[in-house]
Amino acid sequence: MTNDTRDTCNRADKLNDPENAYTLSPLQAGPPCCDPEPLLSVENLSLHYADKAALENISLDIYRGCITALIGPSGCGKTSFLSSLNRLTDMIPGCRVSGSIRFGGLDVRAPDLDVQYLRRDIGMIFQKPVPFPLSIRRNIELPLREHGMRGQAEINDRLQQVLRDVGLWEEVKDRLEAPAQALSGGQQQRLCIARALALQPKVLLMDEPCSALDPIASAVVEDLIKRLQGRYTIVIVTHNLAQARRIANYAALFWMQERGGRLIEFGRCQQVFEAPAHHLTAAYVSGRRG
Amino acid sequence: MLKNRLATALIWLSAVLICAVFARLLADMLLNGVPRLSWTFLSTAPSDAGRAGGIGPIIVSTGLIVLVAVIAAGPLGLATAILLSEFTSPSRRFGRLIERSLEVLAGVPSIVFGLFGNAFFCIYLELGFSILSGGLTLACMALPIMLNTAAAGLRAAPDDYRLCAAALGISRTAALLHLLLPAAAPAIIAGLMLGIARAGAETAALIFTSGYVDRMPDTLMDSGRALSVHIYDLAMNVAGGDANAHASALVLMLLLFTINSLATCLTRHWLRNRIMTS
Repeated sequence: MTNDTRDTCNRADKLNDPENAYTLSPLQAGPPCCDPEPLLSVENLSLHYADKAALENISLDIYRGCITALIGPSGCGKTSFLSSLNRLTDMIPGCRVSGSIRFGGLDVRAPDLDVQYLRRDIGMIFQKPVPFPLSIRRNIELPLREHGMRGQAEINDRLQQVLRDVGLWEEVKDRLEAPAQALSGGQQQRLCIARALALQPKVLLMDEPCSALDPIASAVVEDLIKRLQGRYTIVIVTHNLAQARRIANYAALFWMQERGGRLIEFGRCQQVFEAPAHHLTAAYVSGRRG
Repeated sequence: MLKNRLATALIWLSAVLICAVFARLLADMLLNGVPRLSWTFLSTAPSDAGRAGGIGPIIVSTGLIVLVAVIAAGPLGLATAILLSEFTSPSRRFGRLIERSLEVLAGVPSIVFGLFGNAFFCIYLELGFSILSGGLTLACMALPIMLNTAAAGLRAAPDDYRLCAAALGISRTAALLHLLLPAAAPAIIAGLMLGIARAGAETAALIFTSGYVDRMPDTLMDSGRALSVHIYDLAMNVAGGDANAHASALVLMLLLFTINSLATCLTRHWLRNRIMTS
């Protein structure tokens, strides 16, 4: 029996047991393109808003340097999952989280954890680009200064570097003092990505970063995400299955069930799309459900 | 069709009516006030119970009273507005308590504030009939309106800023200072202006607290007569004081108008450097 077929069998076994935490072992994960070492390990994560369950018992590894796409119909808890990784759920009144999230050696859910420090390491990009109502320069400068960077030369270097990284430098280098909100939607989103990159995070969480953009801007941002692969660990929520297929190394399908959003299937992107183990995945990726 | 026309006519009629009332008021004040207006009127002290002379000391007293009110109510109002909008919500008991108190405070008639000010500031705190007592009483009156406007402005600042700032590891204080307060600045200034207007136009509360004395005040502990009190006195108690009452009213209007425009200009200028929208 080849490795591949054995993988599929194991996967099918695990899926027959709905309570089983579904996590790929490094061997199974072992992709040719990136190091299959988990950077974020989520175990038995459940999340409730007041008395409504949003996530139920999610276990999932996010691999270092890879792009993991979270797919599934609206309202199945993908965004909630994403925001629990950088503790942004703290800001939602009535939101309760249980389970464990480990980031490197760090317990993300520890009550005494410095969330400002955590969020510096785990950046987040939102669906709607949110440039602050400041100049382009100040948009990037503000978080840097907040995190203790003082030297203007150092700040300028970082500014130029991240704007180059997102391909915005040539477009804005002559108008760094112009209001960021005057940029086009796609440029705004790239600025937001640059702003997050300026803090040199290890992980980037992206919540449908392209869905508010026109197709051309969306393609530019998608290329950018592709280029960031390897340097950053990326978790991206997307409703665009073709996009997930193009850019992701791993895909995870979430689905709303009676007791909240569940992780239905997790695996190498190609496998999830071409040989889904679960009937819901098969139905979703082929467009029959969702 | 007829119904539509009738409705249109009614709407126009009410608009014209409002403008007419304002025009009548303004015309009255301009016609009777402008001939009296001069530098001497603005700078000299009143004589013959206000029938003759100017309103110099009264302008100074008014300015001081309003200044005291703004200095006392401004920071307190802003701080409470921040507390209300950022650190508690109307759904919580504490937030609800503050909001209810404000509603009650905003609805209290000014004469009651006057009595309270007299009992508390003048007598209990032994400040006597003074500019300080008057200013502090006005601060209590202006507080709800300043606070509500500022809190509304802060709440109107997009939640995205808060979320995004948090996601970048920016502290709440820094987000407040660099993003939310600048975004809410126009509303905060508007609240301040409304508060000043309310303070500047107040008569009843001041009669009991800052008093009637129309001399030039030396310190904040001196009694001082505000413009509105002066107008009231001239119009109601002094036979033959009408002309100076009109002129004083005109000065009061111009003063409030100037403060308002100045503040609007300054905010705009400050915001241009501070915050940028497309």
